Amino acid sequence: MTTPISLETLPRHQAAIVDDIDWSRLATPEARRLRELGFDSGVPVQVLHRARLGAGPVACRIGRMTVALRRPVAGAIRVSIEPLAAE
Amino acid sequence: MEMPPLVAMVGNPNAGKSALFNALTGARQKVGNYPGVTVERHSGRLALDDGRPVELVDLPGAYSLEPSSPDERVTRDVLLGAQSGERRPDALVVVLDAANIDNHLRFAMQLIALGLPVVIALNMVDLAERDGLVLDPTVLARELGVPVVPTVAVRRRGIDTLRATLTGLVGTAAAPAAPAAPVEDIRTLQRRARALSKAATVSETPTRRWHHALDSVALHPVFGPILLVALLFVMFQAVFSWSEAPIGWIEDGFTALEAALKGMMPDGFLRSLLTDGVIAGVGAVLVFLPQILILFLFILVLEASGYMVRAAFLMDRMMAGVGLSGRAFIPLLSSFACAVPGIMATRTIEDEKDRLTTILIAPLMTCSARLPVYTIIIGAFIPARQVVPFVGLQGLVLLGLYLMGIVGAFVAALLLRRTVTKGESSGFMMEMPKYQLPRLHDVAIGLWSRAAIFLKRAGTTIALTTVVLWALLSFPQAPAGQSQVEYSVAGRIASGLEVIVRPIGFNHDIALALIPAMAAREVAVAAIGTAYAIDDTEDASGAKSLVDHLRGRWSLPTALAFLMWFVFAPQCISTIAVTRRETNGWRWPVFMLAYLFVTAYVMAGITFWLATFAGL
Repeated sequence: MTTPISLETLPRHQAAIVDDIDWSRLATPEARRLRELGFDSGVPVQVLHRARLGAGPVACRIGRMTVALRRPVAGAIRVSIEPLAAE
Repeated sequence: MEMPPLVAMVGNPNAGKSALFNALTGARQKVGNYPGVTVERHSGRLALDDGRPVELVDLPGAYSLEPSSPDERVTRDVLLGAQSGERRPDALVVVLDAANIDNHLRFAMQLIALGLPVVIALNMVDLAERDGLVLDPTVLARELGVPVVPTVAVRRRGIDTLRATLTGLVGTAAAPAAPAAPVEDIRTLQRRARALSKAATVSETPTRRWHHALDSVALHPVFGPILLVALLFVMFQAVFSWSEAPIGWIEDGFTALEAALKGMMPDGFLRSLLTDGVIAGVGAVLVFLPQILILFLFILVLEASGYMVRAAFLMDRMMAGVGLSGRAFIPLLSSFACAVPGIMATRTIEDEKDRLTTILIAPLMTCSARLPVYTIIIGAFIPARQVVPFVGLQGLVLLGLYLMGIVGAFVAALLLRRTVTKGESSGFMMEMPKYQLPRLHDVAIGLWSRAAIFLKRAGTTIALTTVVLWALLSFPQAPAGQSQVEYSVAGRIASGLEVIVRPIGFNHDIALALIPAMAAREVAVAAIGTAYAIDDTEDASGAKSLVDHLRGRWSLPTALAFLMWFVFAPQCISTIAVTRRETNGWRWPVFMLAYLFVTAYVMAGITFWLATFAGL
């Protein structure tokens, strides 16, 4: 079983898979850049760091890349924890 | 003469494109600008194996052919043959970061679809292998239908093979007609790219990556900001302390040049024009060169090492509060040394509106040229007493002036973002590149191109404006017994200006000082000094210092208003010139001048009248 959560709330270093992205919550250029950076359903993703000053951006691993996203964008990315990794 | 074939280097940002470009062209490169946009054009000559010359152009990094920044638009337009002032390339070198192949392949596939002859440079294969990823270039070449050459640009590995492959490509195929718009959507391509990269992967073993270890310090909630502050501290210390000696040499050099000219030429207008106008003016600007170079050395090293994106990451939340992105942090910080390199550094900001806002508020960061003005006025009017042990009133006032500028900049950014630079924020979405040891050669080339831009401006715009200023101060010639400064056009302008600045407590001397302060702010003090020295004929001993003069002639409210004026003051001509250059027109520099002038006027006025009513 998988639990649906967003990239914004995903615990650090928890391996997960992108389920689905709510494109309607994103501005057009944001959505395009997100696709260009490789965000797509089925892609493995992991949260590496969160900036603590206020609610700063999230650094995450997508494919073999590290990408920084602002919280609202991360919130639009629904992920599920890999059953194997979750154990 | 026939133009040599044009080969374009194209690829994702952080694919190591510039290092490969430097490895292919060596020092034979030119940095220019694409017409009508502030996008740098890097080009260089390269001799193919059979001796034919080609022109190699390094296109700005892009993620796709759908542009989301002016840089990416240039890349697309050049590739489609739609960029003015640029031919359509005859062949492409597509640069991929081997470690990020799953992502970079998608753009490569879009580029191959354009139909131009293509060679793929599979770059940084050594780093990919260290990360445990081994790729088979023959699989890639077979599936993509184009030659694939593994390279390590920084170690010059694969460069000869790349050039040999290029020799075979250039001039073999007739350039196809300009292609139609990209046919497939990004997601379909992306999925194909991922499948292909999987097929080309020989082995993938997860390894503990050292840059992850670095990031766990650099992006740590507590140690991250501490490290950032420490780095900034070192940077500013260096900007001021390392530059002292070279500034001295430049000043000595100009003094010697002036003396030599005075020795060679008879006294007259031409000599005065050369010494008081050109040499004094250009010299006053060139003394900033050492600070600018040191600042850019740090910026380039931090950028090339990959740390800059981490700094932007840490500062993004704070900058987002006023409608900017983390990317604005470094340019604003640089502006504390001088707004000119700060404004030049805004080129790293992708979003045009973000960039424009950052340029417009950069002059509010207290630059080093204002420090001499602050120091002398504070020294003359603020008593040197301790508020609490170790905290002096003078230091507090100085700190207050700096803070005033920062608060002013943030308020201005908030207002500008809701009015003139209103628009959808592009947010902050950035690839965080791997850490790398910056290469001396690449840093040196970057530093040289910044210096060239600055020197070119010092030689043209700034030289011209200082000559105009000199003329205003020298004509018409005063009859004997009258002050030249007062009698000159500038002196008369000052009398007109006095009417405007009288309500905020400024006297005629200050009005006069404001004119040369446009060239360089620290000149304001010297100008007042000159005016008082000329007037001071009855005091034959000349014992009265400038501070005594100031105390005698200015009231405290006037002095405070003057300080406040300099916090917001319409900035120097160099800043206006660089703003014109970076925004491609007079519209924004004029707007900047106007809004800063109004703000300075209102704030100085408020200060003067509050101080007056408070009985200071």
